[in-house]
Amino acid sequence: MSTAASPAAPGSVQPSRSRSADRRRSLDRFGDGLLRTVCAAAAVTAVGILVLSAYQIIDHASPAISKFGLGFLFSTEWLPNFGVFGAGTLLYGTLVSSFFALLLGAPIAIAIGLYLSLLAPKGIRGVISPMVEMLAAIPSVILGFWGVLLLAPFVHKHVEPFLHDTLGFIPLFGPPQTTGLSVFTASLILTIMIIPIVASISRDLFLAVPRDVQEGASALGATRWEVVRGIVLPTTSSGVIAASLLGLGRALGEAIAVAQVIGAGEKIPESLFEPGDTIAARIANQFPGAITEMHKASLYYLGAILLVIGLASNLCAQWIGRRFDYRRAAAR
Amino acid sequence: MNEQPAFDPAAPLTPTGNLRRRRAISRVAESGATLAAVLAVGVLAIVVYSVLVHGASALSLDFLFKGEPDGIGPALVGTAEIVAMATVFAVPLGVLVAVYLVEFGGGRMATPIRTTLDVMNGYPSIIVGLFVFALIVEPTESQSGIAASVALAIIMLPIVARGTEEVLRLVPDSMREASDALGVSRWRSVLTVILPSAVGGIATATILAVARAAGETAPLLLITSVFDGSHVSLNPFEAVPNIPVTIYKLSEEANPEGFARAWGAGFVLLAFIMVANIGARVLLNRSRRKMAG
Repeated sequence: MSTAASPAAPGSVQPSRSRSADRRRSLDRFGDGLLRTVCAAAAVTAVGILVLSAYQIIDHASPAISKFGLGFLFSTEWLPNFGVFGAGTLLYGTLVSSFFALLLGAPIAIAIGLYLSLLAPKGIRGVISPMVEMLAAIPSVILGFWGVLLLAPFVHKHVEPFLHDTLGFIPLFGPPQTTGLSVFTASLILTIMIIPIVASISRDLFLAVPRDVQEGASALGATRWEVVRGIVLPTTSSGVIAASLLGLGRALGEAIAVAQVIGAGEKIPESLFEPGDTIAARIANQFPGAITEMHKASLYYLGAILLVIGLASNLCAQWIGRRFDYRRAAAR
Repeated sequence: MNEQPAFDPAAPLTPTGNLRRRRAISRVAESGATLAAVLAVGVLAIVVYSVLVHGASALSLDFLFKGEPDGIGPALVGTAEIVAMATVFAVPLGVLVAVYLVEFGGGRMATPIRTTLDVMNGYPSIIVGLFVFALIVEPTESQSGIAASVALAIIMLPIVARGTEEVLRLVPDSMREASDALGVSRWRSVLTVILPSAVGGIATATILAVARAAGETAPLLLITSVFDGSHVSLNPFEAVPNIPVTIYKLSEEANPEGFARAWGAGFVLLAFIMVANIGARVLLNRSRRKMAG
């Protein structure tokens, strides 16, 4: 980069100027090629990191993969001292906590997106929008710590008994346990993490819905809700689904906050109020203390599963999002 | 079908029957949306408030500068060191990737690169931890600060690259054309015209990435967690004390004194992240305004 040559000396005579112009031209050609190569190398490095990470994790998981095979996904035994490992319990915990979080978080987030894009006066939008995004900036370890000390006791004392009394006929809402460290509390923490992601994406989607179509509907007598129901949501539905999938991906992969509040249960929780465990949380909890090779390999196997699930939800979201772009572009 | 009342032109125009119901539904939906926004802001307020209240009482000069068990000085220094190294790795790489995408079109590689950045952005951070553990910690047989900064750099890279890409696209084409018309070569116009005019946006993206990396816990837990927090250790080839893992460890122990320290450390971390986020936002607005003319 520092090879920038001094420009042709001013006032030099004709022949030397043409020689310096030649030199400069070749230097420029060299500089163009160099910058292009360096940039391309950086881009290839980024792709390489991703590929290498997948390879490394699967490679380190291979002892466990060859020993347990696909049965690993369904086996619920996890006994490090006996060398027996299975991800069934964790897979269940991961899916239940994340889906519950999405079920709770996505409607709230979409409502926030609607409020910020269509309802809020400009001044208020300028204040609330950044605040919602700020929610995503809280580090998971702080959220988890807050969850352990304040949210879990509150949930245990007030929310769980209430839900058990009103919805107790559904087995998922069983009697509250001795502490508030439960799948339910973990879902609430995940909900808090999902909301800002889904809300900010859907706000941007709703803002992109053409104004004239909405105004046309209003002119025909549609109420605000009918405009949302009939125009805003249908035109953005695939984008909103993509946003929810991104939120789901975030919830599935969250390790620290979940490890703090889910209570590290060893068996499949029968109700949401029992402790459970997720794939990511199990890795965070046990990897630093794993001694035997098979234990480590099994944790890498868990990582590989997480990688596949995370990749699937992410690529799905991208695919849906892109299809959405095309359709909008075609409609214009 | 009930009988239509006779038309009375003098009656006030008030909604009846169906319209009243539709209006009511609309109003319910509107208040639901408003309530959701209030809920989100409320949760943010509660979390920030409890960290402020509990953390402020732990705060003191000793707490900020002394080592364990009095304070978190070494962890603060360690986090700063790890994040600074990660920034040195991630920012040049991210900016170059963005320049490739915007200025050189990316060619056939554009889609795979964008997909890579999006996937990396949604990568579970514990996976990054496992990867760097397998790549660096296992072969060298020791936890290290440098490995931690590699992991954080992987997390920062997509944020920097995407942010830079966005501002590079905001640089008006007239600037590129003017540069071309003056016979300035591509590499010179990238380095002396385009990047300088995008520097505000690049700084914003960097600050956001730093804020994200500073609170990242999962990779550090695998890569630099066995440390002695009683004195400052800057050697990047050993485990380096850091704030997130300190908070995590304290939260796992049932020790009220430890909790107080964790609140204090959380306060410092959260304050830094909030200030960084607000600062980035201000910077972004300013550079957008400048670019708009």
